Amino acid sequence: MNRITARRRHPLARYAVLLLALGLLGFSYTLVAPTGERADAAIASGRADDVAEGKKLFQQSCASCHGLSAEGIEGRGPTLVGVGAAAVDFQVSSGRMPLATLTAQAPRKKPAPWVNEDTIRQLGAYVQSLGGGPTVPAAEQVDPAKGNKAKGGELFRANCIQCHNFVGAGGALTQGKYAPELTEATPTQIYEAMITGPQAMPVFNDSIITPEQKRDMIAYVIGLQHEPNPGGAGLGRIGPVTEGLVLWVVGISLLVLAAIWITAKKRQAQ
Amino acid sequence: MSLTSVPKPISGPSSYLDDRIGAGNFLKRNLRKVFPDHWSFLLGEIALYSFIVLLLTGTFLTFFFKPSMEHVIYDGSYDALKGVGMSAAYASTLEISFDVRGGLLMRQMHHWAALLFIAGMMVHMLRVFFTGAYRKPRELNWIIGVIMLSLALFEGLTGYSLPDDLLSGAGLRITEGVAISLPLVGTWITFFLFGGEYPGEDIIARFYSLHILLIPGVLLALISAHMILMWVQKHTQMPGKGRTNNNVVGAPFYPAFMAKAGAYFMFTFGVIALLGTFAQINPIWLFGPYTPADISAGSQPDYYMGFLEGSLRLMPAWEINVLGFTLPLSVIIPALVPLGIVMTGLALYPFIEQWVTGDRREHHVADRPRNNPHRTAIGMAGITFYGLLWLLGANDEISWTFHVSLNWTTYVGRVLVFVGPVITYIVTYRICLGLQRSDAAVIGHGVESGVIKRLPHGEYIEVHVPPAEDIEAHMRGKEPIPVVSGADTEPNGIPPKGLRGPIGKLKAKMSKAYGGEKIPLDDGHGHGPAHDDAGEHAAVGATDDKSITH
Repeated sequence: MNRITARRRHPLARYAVLLLALGLLGFSYTLVAPTGERADAAIASGRADDVAEGKKLFQQSCASCHGLSAEGIEGRGPTLVGVGAAAVDFQVSSGRMPLATLTAQAPRKKPAPWVNEDTIRQLGAYVQSLGGGPTVPAAEQVDPAKGNKAKGGELFRANCIQCHNFVGAGGALTQGKYAPELTEATPTQIYEAMITGPQAMPVFNDSIITPEQKRDMIAYVIGLQHEPNPGGAGLGRIGPVTEGLVLWVVGISLLVLAAIWITAKKRQAQ
Repeated sequence: MSLTSVPKPISGPSSYLDDRIGAGNFLKRNLRKVFPDHWSFLLGEIALYSFIVLLLTGTFLTFFFKPSMEHVIYDGSYDALKGVGMSAAYASTLEISFDVRGGLLMRQMHHWAALLFIAGMMVHMLRVFFTGAYRKPRELNWIIGVIMLSLALFEGLTGYSLPDDLLSGAGLRITEGVAISLPLVGTWITFFLFGGEYPGEDIIARFYSLHILLIPGVLLALISAHMILMWVQKHTQMPGKGRTNNNVVGAPFYPAFMAKAGAYFMFTFGVIALLGTFAQINPIWLFGPYTPADISAGSQPDYYMGFLEGSLRLMPAWEINVLGFTLPLSVIIPALVPLGIVMTGLALYPFIEQWVTGDRREHHVADRPRNNPHRTAIGMAGITFYGLLWLLGANDEISWTFHVSLNWTTYVGRVLVFVGPVITYIVTYRICLGLQRSDAAVIGHGVESGVIKRLPHGEYIEVHVPPAEDIEAHMRGKEPIPVVSGADTEPNGIPPKGLRGPIGKLKAKMSKAYGGEKIPLDDGHGHGPAHDDAGEHAAVGATDDKSITH
């Protein structure tokens, strides 16, 4: 007993206690917290149909903000009636939904552990059943190999770069909102973003930009993602801001050091 | 053959030339020209050597660049633009980047050298400013410098616009916006510049002539004048042992200074080549060809135009409408006011300082920045003003990178751009005085030797020793800043002519504040360390509690 009490005034003791308490809390939470196991079990057995399973998933993970029947909750989440399966696929597969915290905008993040192709399809089927809306595009519709990069580039410059930047590096919008970078977006997600207009993004429906043109744009963006930088380090490819930074931090610093070095050696008087 | 005689193959042509152009005498006089040594004196050479690299790489680029806005369909080796309509200028820049051997390296080195050229001018100018090296007789050379800096900005703008890509097009559009916002003549100037409605078909060819012929020609002439004046007036030197207003202490041009300058050229060339090789700059193929309808997020000018971009972004959307005419203050103020403050302020500073101090003497010994606190504070305030505008020119990238609201960067920036320089002024002024005090302490008390000595009655003291000879000479190079005579007339006394009236009174007041000796080196310590009893002083706190715990 004496050995423990002797250490209780150690400077690190309070951190140790804090860590212990946090650990206990986390551990007990994982025991009590609801998990997606039930849904997973049902899918594995192949019994349930997609809409019913989707509804269960929805009530588990989405209803707290979007309402029990997706009618929306004032100040927390919009209604999902009519957004379509494409919106669900975009938001959930990119990890934006479920939301971790309420910020100006949902950031792209690692999807929740229960998210996989099946659960997304089920959720989508449920939301689609509520009021229709755009559906997930077929693989052939978004195949970058079938698109024309150059044409897509022209469309991309005319429609997207105001917010997403020339190279899809993203950019700031008003009041903490932003256009995300497109460096990780998949062809399907790009297509879905255009037809559903997530967050601050406008909708580019098929009468504004035809599905073929969308495929061209996907080809361009995916091409950008894989394009090497022939001129050396890309510096984020955002142009003059990082170039200026490198010039002053690297260029001028090196030359000032060189100047100090050169003049450090003084000529000895004879 | 002895070592002292000159071999015939050298002596023959040499005397042939000497007999005809009389170079021997000239060289004899000038090769031994003495240059003072200080690392900061080399900063201007960054600009000089970058300019040489610019001429070399620029010449290479002209071999392949087509300064034409003729519409072509691209059919080069860059896949993502195949079949896209663009100007011949943009297509030829793509060709230089992808199809000309070494073309991309040359383009990148040219662009890095351009950035370095202006950065070199800036750091050199700051060095000259903070050391007061612009004072008589060098005011004219200072003015030449300010003109060169302004020209370099314009040279940068024209060069940056030549590839006719979507990024530089944004800059061109702002240039047009500024031109057209000028009252009365705006429309006319715009149509004159662009040969009709923006963007027209002439601007690239016109910028090309300016960029490769006129401005570099004027720059070259001004650089020559700058160098000749520097040569004739001799370089300033930092205060130090044996350095006076009437001599120059340093190394002769040949061989010592020439070797150093040559080495520094190699360094500059090396840094440019390094950046050109390993850091991609201005990847115009990613930006796409210019069309006036498109604009990208994160469009920024090159850094030296950043302060103009920032002022444009900070400016509220004000405009005046009178009799059907619009005066767009939101464009004309940010375009002209900060540029005017910075450039005019720089150009006039030597003369304003002369007016305030009444100092008409020649100065060949540079000031240490701390020894003219008001000048240093004004310079730092200017840097803050410029720097904040520059920083906020990238407010979207700041907002994006650090996840802060874009609107708030603007609101905060609008306040900071006025408050920041004032705070910097006060802080810098106090720091300068603090540094002067520390100099005075070193002169008055010597430097801590690290030796602790115990006196017979138990007191501990640290032994102070006089500063090294060269350091002391460096510190003692300080001179009081002159004040116009008669500025300190009693309130009821009659001030001399020239200090009467509101302007005269202002001059007297400013002169008293600006000049004088704020912290005398031998302040209240009639004894230097040399005369002190063994230079011994009590260790800090020792007289109070006699403890040795620290």
